[in-house]
Amino acid sequence: MTNKVGQAGTLESCDALVIATIPSEGEGIEIQLDSPSLVSFEKEMRDAITGVLQELNVMCGVLKVQDRGALDCTLRARVETAVRRALAALPEGSERP
Amino acid sequence: MTLDKNVRVIPDTLPGIKNVRSFQAGATSSLAEMPRTPKRCGKIVSTVREALHRAGIRDGMTLSFHHHLRNGDLVVNMVLDIVAEMGIRDITLAPSALFPVHEALLRHVKNGVIRTIQGSVNGPVGQAASHGEFVAPVVLRSHGGRVRAIQTGDLHVDIAILAAPSADQMGNVSGVIGPSACGSLGYAFTDAQYADTVIAITDNLLPYPVTPFSLLQTEVDWVVPVEKIGVPEKIVSGTLKITQDPMRLLIAEQVARVVEESGLLIDGFSMQAGAGGISLAASACIRESMKKRGVRGSFISGGITGQSVDMLKEGLFRTLLDVQSFDLEAVASLACNPNHVEMSASFYANTAAKGCVVDMLDVAVLGATQVDTDFNVNVNTESDGVLLHGIGGHMDTAAGAKITVIVTPLFRGRMPMVVDQVITRTTPGNTVDVVVTERGIAVNPGRKDLLDNLRGKGLPLMDIHDLKKMAENMTGVPSMPPFGERIIGIVEYRDGSIIDVIRQRV
Repeated sequence: MTNKVGQAGTLESCDALVIATIPSEGEGIEIQLDSPSLVSFEKEMRDAITGVLQELNVMCGVLKVQDRGALDCTLRARVETAVRRALAALPEGSERP
Repeated sequence: MTLDKNVRVIPDTLPGIKNVRSFQAGATSSLAEMPRTPKRCGKIVSTVREALHRAGIRDGMTLSFHHHLRNGDLVVNMVLDIVAEMGIRDITLAPSALFPVHEALLRHVKNGVIRTIQGSVNGPVGQAASHGEFVAPVVLRSHGGRVRAIQTGDLHVDIAILAAPSADQMGNVSGVIGPSACGSLGYAFTDAQYADTVIAITDNLLPYPVTPFSLLQTEVDWVVPVEKIGVPEKIVSGTLKITQDPMRLLIAEQVARVVEESGLLIDGFSMQAGAGGISLAASACIRESMKKRGVRGSFISGGITGQSVDMLKEGLFRTLLDVQSFDLEAVASLACNPNHVEMSASFYANTAAKGCVVDMLDVAVLGATQVDTDFNVNVNTESDGVLLHGIGGHMDTAAGAKITVIVTPLFRGRMPMVVDQVITRTTPGNTVDVVVTERGIAVNPGRKDLLDNLRGKGLPLMDIHDLKKMAENMTGVPSMPPFGERIIGIVEYRDGSIIDVIRQRV
């Protein structure tokens, strides 16, 4: 099994840094969410992240989301970009031809 | 027996004198009846421990501190360490404010030296309170409310500790000179006046009399010289820079526009604005408006900055009433400009005084951690329900000022700042007139006069409910943080009534 990794966003205020690790095979999504807004918006944030993953047909992987108070639109954009970059990336450890 | 040729015949009774006692040279009996020995020259004691011992410190006492050394303060931690060493327990700490540097006192909360706090908390100490670490709930009071409580006996101070940037051997204290100069000592006046015992701790003992003095030998019992009371660079800042953040600048410009159209920006105008980013920028915008219109104001009150000093020098205001000097320019100005005057917290904001400055204010520009659709303001708890801030002069100035302007971004991170109901009510909505955000301005419907003045002037006026909806459309509706039953904080209004309680976060 190999992993493909993509990253998007920053740790600036109102942004989120998302690292998507997508294995070539496996099952289940793991979301590691860290945010100052967890107390008030955890459900909304998890819904936003899983929504994007479903839209992109991602069935397995680990999403590490370090949120710094991003609005949902920002969060969704960062997750989508990270995932697309992961899907387009070469497997971890492989050499560029 | 020689007859003193100066013996006078004094009758046993005299009209207008209650108890006639004949004078005797050198006698001290009459002095001993005084609550404090008036002619005391030897006030210097060599250690804080000895001063506390002489003050009769014992379990359960209340110790007060003032916060002019801000995050550079070494005195609170120093004294509490010694109190702990002396084996004293169950102390009530009565600071006018605390800063992150005071996180160190939490170990004395854990080991039972400190029972609770009455006055103000900040940052880590507030967080600890929110998580239930204090035996008794902390009592939060405004600057004016703290004076009222001490004056009326609601809060009895056994020992007041004065951090003294300069002092002489009789206990006169100056805030404007010395390595730890902080300017005004406004919050310490009440402590000095009402505490049973007053101890001045100084790192700059000067020959008698130290001038200009603000805290007086008539109130100070003991003077303790120590090596260092503060870290200068953390006491006052250099010149405070006006924010470059376009959103904050936009809010500041809107505040100036509201003030311009309020009808109050005429000769004699008075205002108070803090040293926070938006407030400082709002002052800068109002400064320009005043220049443009040729308005000559009466006073700026509260925490004074270099910008206030510049406005005084430019003749835009006649007077600065300074309860706390925020930067080096303010300290220097207080020391030499007779129109820059130190004021006590009582003079500033005390409802029990025979008149206070806030009642003479035209405009107060204040911050918030939340505002609700009834214009109630929360400055104590963050959106996650954790107690993080003291009240300062918020509810005092709001109650006094003709127009109270709350400045806040519509949301911080993804937390909306305009909500249905504030988590903690600090300042009641009936004392709040305008809320200015970057996306709209809401005027309290109770202020029809103000609304009339502001309508049709190109200002983005909105109903506060619409402002709330606009915020929630972007952020979502936040869930209420989970609270337990136990009350960990009591928010006292400036008149001594209880305006809210804060429960433990679980």
